Amino acid sequence: MFSNRMINILIPVLSVVLGLLSGAVIMLVFGYNPISGFAALWNGAFGDAYFFGETVRQVTPYILSGLAVAFALRSGLLNIGVEGQVFVGWLASVWVGISFDLPMVLHLPLAILAAAAAGAFWGFIPGLLKAKLGVHEVIVTIMMNYIALYSSNAIVRNFLSEEGDRTENIAETASLQSDWLAQMTFYSRIHYGFILALFMALVMWFVLNRTTRGFELRAVGFNQHASKYAGMSVGKNIILAMVISGAFAGLAGAMEGLGTFGFMSIKSGFTNIGFDGIAVALLGANTAVGVVFAAFLFGILKIGALNMPTEAGVPTELVEIIVALIIFFVASSYMIRWVILRFKKEGK
Amino acid sequence: MEFIEIISRILGSSIVFATPLIFTALGGVFSERSGVINIGLEGLMIMGAFVGIVFNLTFSSFFGDATPWVSILVAMIVSALFALVHAVASITFRADQVVSGVAINFLALGIGLFLTKQWYDKGQTDFVEKPFYTADVPFLNKIPIIGDMFFSGWYWTSYVAILLAFVAWFVIYKTPFGLRLRSVGEHPMAADTNGINVFKMRYIGVMISGALGGLGGSVYALTVALNFSHGTILGQGFISLAAVIFGKWHPLGALGAAIFFGFAQSLSIVSSDIAFLENVPSVFMLIAPYVLTILALAGFIGRAEAPKSLGEPYIKGNR
Repeated sequence: MFSNRMINILIPVLSVVLGLLSGAVIMLVFGYNPISGFAALWNGAFGDAYFFGETVRQVTPYILSGLAVAFALRSGLLNIGVEGQVFVGWLASVWVGISFDLPMVLHLPLAILAAAAAGAFWGFIPGLLKAKLGVHEVIVTIMMNYIALYSSNAIVRNFLSEEGDRTENIAETASLQSDWLAQMTFYSRIHYGFILALFMALVMWFVLNRTTRGFELRAVGFNQHASKYAGMSVGKNIILAMVISGAFAGLAGAMEGLGTFGFMSIKSGFTNIGFDGIAVALLGANTAVGVVFAAFLFGILKIGALNMPTEAGVPTELVEIIVALIIFFVASSYMIRWVILRFKKEGK
Repeated sequence: MEFIEIISRILGSSIVFATPLIFTALGGVFSERSGVINIGLEGLMIMGAFVGIVFNLTFSSFFGDATPWVSILVAMIVSALFALVHAVASITFRADQVVSGVAINFLALGIGLFLTKQWYDKGQTDFVEKPFYTADVPFLNKIPIIGDMFFSGWYWTSYVAILLAFVAWFVIYKTPFGLRLRSVGEHPMAADTNGINVFKMRYIGVMISGALGGLGGSVYALTVALNFSHGTILGQGFISLAAVIFGKWHPLGALGAAIFFGFAQSLSIVSSDIAFLENVPSVFMLIAPYVLTILALAGFIGRAEAPKSLGEPYIKGNR
């Protein structure tokens, strides 16, 4: 009854349930009605076409940033730098979007590719340092996040605007926005990016599970020494994993630049798309399908939460606490596994 | 005279920014020396800042002029307890320490903002009425030059931070407790064989980091920010982590690195008044700490060796 596969699916599901339950307890403690709180959340995510459009809009970058974290994790690397890679991707896509004058068939792909390339480059540096010098990728990627934040702010201010705090809008030919989708959803900011995001999930599944390169990447993630002994180049695979991971993250940035906003503004802090990507990847057990599901869950939570203050009086920030707790529960899967196995023993 | 004035201005503003980093980085040293990665320093600082501000706002009429000192003490205690979450997850439940740390960061911000909304009904708290004030050290500030540079216009907390770095050095390198702490970070099994309780030492390490992180956060809140909002602590925890590594996991190294990063942060603010730095775009000053950390890690500035078992959960009986 409790095969390993079952447990692997049970852990994220249980974590979500525990996270939501904790949220309910917190609401009770502070004198809110948890049922109306969660009902408000549900309405905020699915209440009408507008809310649904916004939810899909939020899910789109989450899928890509989740894929970015998951891809690196499958190769045994923790890419905390998705946040920074999102920034450089966003910047690159907007830069291409405003400075070229091309027909759409060329312009849009070029803008998307630029974002992927920028993210890939931002992932390449920590990958290279890890492969050649053994520097821990976690610290380097954290540092790269801040470098990305401050540099892109400076570039927006000094080169992409006239000392202003946002760029001009990208050209129509580079935009992912769609009047048709917007009209369908009462002018939400939903855009075509979600098709690209779902397609990239397919790409990740294919690369990891159906190609030799993907096999090598996973092998390096499982056991570097064995991979080396089998004749694989560990260093090359580490760099490649970070480059692909960075490219996914860059695409997540393009979703914001070309889809949601159509410009880039100066940011006082992080967008959290990258950090939330860590949660998405963990909850999705680092698989492409899992990431898509987890991205939907977190998208629903984030967008639905915006409706909680007006409809139930519950502060939006409750969702941040729930998300953090879900991460804790998934990370502490040893405990959940232990409880499940104990049940199994007693059941016999 | 002109020159000395510039130097003491730079020194003064550097130390303001460096002080919270020193506290937090020292906390990081304790945690990481015991073998537990602490990405959650940022979250611990957020918790400290939140508690420090809220306590200060609530009890300022009761404690009077002692309020800021009591506030940072309370912030220390609460953050130490908050760090227990990280300790339980990463030591007892063998969670990935980095992931648990990331969760700590989320959780601290979530709790802080949730309660701020709950208690103040808006996105940020009011400004505190009893922050720390700069002071001159009596007698010592009369010393020519040195008095101007080091003993006038500093916060008392800055002297505490510098002193604490030396205390931490003494504790980690000169006491049996420090030896045990380092041994569980280097080779927990050997330590266990020698009768040292690995779990206990690691719990203590993480809780000290919680206390010092909370101290750092509350000192930042009560000297620089003066209120709590989502942007109060913005990366200072990560810079402190960088200082831990830049300082090669040594308390005095962390002290030096934190002062340097404080200097770099303040430069981006004061550089506009200083002739030879006027033309350097501020973005270079802003990214300098991070670039330098990467260079340090890459071995360009002397190789940094992490504690051997950093990041590995200790499982009894495993080899």
